[in-house]
Amino acid sequence: MTDPIIRLSGIDKFYGDFQALYNVNAEIRTGEFFSLLGPSGCGKTTLLRTIAGFEDVSAGHVEIAGQSMDNVPANRRPTNMVFQSYAIFPHMSVAENVAYGLKARKMPKEQIKTAVEAALKQVGLAGYGDRASHAMSGGQRQRVALARALVLKPKVLLLDEPLSALDKKMREQMQSELRHLQRAVGITFILVTHDQEEALTMSDRIAVMFEGRIGQLASPQELYRRPVNREVAEFIGVMNFLNVSVTNGAGGTFDCEIAGLGKATIPAEQAPGGVDASVTAGVRPEMLTILSDENSRSEREASGIVQDVYYYGDMTYYDVQLDGVDHPVTISMRNTAGRTVLSRKDRARVGWGAESVLLLK
Amino acid sequence: MKSGTWFKLYIGVFLIFLYAPALLLPVFAFNDSSIVSFPLKGFTLNWFNVLWETEALHTATKNSLLIAVSTAIIATSLGILAARASSRYKFRGQKAVMGFIMVPLVLPEIIVGVSLLVVILQMGFDLSLWTIVLGHVLICTPFCVAILSSAFLSLDQSLEEASFDLGRSKLATFWLVTMPLVLPGVVSAMLISFTISLDEFIIAFFLAGTEPTLPVYIWGQLRFPQKLPSLMALGTILLILSLTLLATAEYFRRRSARKTGIEDAGGFL
Repeated sequence: MTDPIIRLSGIDKFYGDFQALYNVNAEIRTGEFFSLLGPSGCGKTTLLRTIAGFEDVSAGHVEIAGQSMDNVPANRRPTNMVFQSYAIFPHMSVAENVAYGLKARKMPKEQIKTAVEAALKQVGLAGYGDRASHAMSGGQRQRVALARALVLKPKVLLLDEPLSALDKKMREQMQSELRHLQRAVGITFILVTHDQEEALTMSDRIAVMFEGRIGQLASPQELYRRPVNREVAEFIGVMNFLNVSVTNGAGGTFDCEIAGLGKATIPAEQAPGGVDASVTAGVRPEMLTILSDENSRSEREASGIVQDVYYYGDMTYYDVQLDGVDHPVTISMRNTAGRTVLSRKDRARVGWGAESVLLLK
Repeated sequence: MKSGTWFKLYIGVFLIFLYAPALLLPVFAFNDSSIVSFPLKGFTLNWFNVLWETEALHTATKNSLLIAVSTAIIATSLGILAARASSRYKFRGQKAVMGFIMVPLVLPEIIVGVSLLVVILQMGFDLSLWTIVLGHVLICTPFCVAILSSAFLSLDQSLEEASFDLGRSKLATFWLVTMPLVLPGVVSAMLISFTISLDEFIIAFFLAGTEPTLPVYIWGQLRFPQKLPSLMALGTILLILSLTLLATAEYFRRRSARKTGIEDAGGFL
């Protein structure tokens, strides 16, 4: 295991009386694609700007590649940033933009030319050097911004919601391109995003932030399958919540009575935050099954009425009101060959298993 | 009659009142008579020759140009500092400070002129061209701040951050990124200061020592009726010069806005 490229320890950030970051601790590994995910105003951009050196910390330390960044301004940090607005200099050509940082380093002209051409090629803009930067489209500007930062070979590339201004198709294309680019250059990327899907598909690890704190820092799979609390579970994907009463918590398992589903014995690892009176049961839509045929069976069964049907072609989403529960749960079913799609008001048999239930605080 | 017709009539009358007097300048400048009145007598270039031969006029013009250029440079520089500070930073007493900078915009010039005169004499300084520059900087700076503030505000702050992030110092960032992008605003500010200073009369009148500016000289000549036609010729030259100047500035401003593709960055036309 290599040393972390970035170590954040005990970071607080105040703007006057407002506290934007609360004791943030995290280690970002060398060469990973790391995302800061959270709703707007959660402090993710502030944290990124703290790493870049645009914001001072009120308390705590930022360490990059083993070096303390206390009193190191942004222009002397081994990080470069791709801004949300791209911040392409409008009075310079594409090549001048990319060469900007190299000129600051007083690199010989010939070398700059070669490096700029290589960087433009890397982002798929070979031959665009002489274009006026303001004549480029949104997606192209983004590539210029990437080339301008990557040409400096930073230890860490910081990306502040770089895809939010693009349309859906362009965004999806750039997501996969960014991932490929990151693997190709081997530089640590830190992406700020509010789009959980974007974070899940692109990242090696994700820090989910709420109100200035990191709620959970984990791999995408772990975040989705083992969210540590209700807040994280709600933010990542869809999660159904059901009331639960824990009757016995001895011997590493919890005996539960789940509203609408029934009794189950749940291992402690499915209760990552522990159990107390406030705990609820969380079940992902794909962990529940509509038993639509007479002869389909499940380990455990519950029953409910179909309230709504959302047919997507490959998938069907059902809102099912389980007996004894006052709000519907969402159940997703793949439309495999021959599987019946239920209608509104149908009675549905719902299959489930104890392994698909999480106990969340 | 439809209301639209009245409105057009109103606009027509308004424009005539606004510009007709100025159009009379060139008419009488070429009129071969020392009395400024209709009917016209005939064509002559004599009044321009008179201007050419009047030594005192040349001195006054030189004084005015020196004052206007100095004022434009100083007021615009001060304006850049103030506008940048107010658009980029939040500091204690910001509103009050910016308010006080803008006050000379509405302060009667006669008050500015008299009070400056008293202060300068009390401090034991002699009146000179530089005391006029001082007064003109005072009244021109608010215009520069207003023009440049809009230029700085329309500048995306992340451009400066990007430059800093890419390894440039704050000073290099200012010269390489900020200045080129607010340049149209800077040119506008210089131009308007130049124009205001060039035809400012009251402050120049109070603060002029032995060397008059052009407006002060013109005012002095108005006592002699026979000088009137040559002043008309002078006015004609000034009119053409200022129109050319404004048109040129506007042309360059639009060209640079087109070239950089940025939104209007503080032109005043």
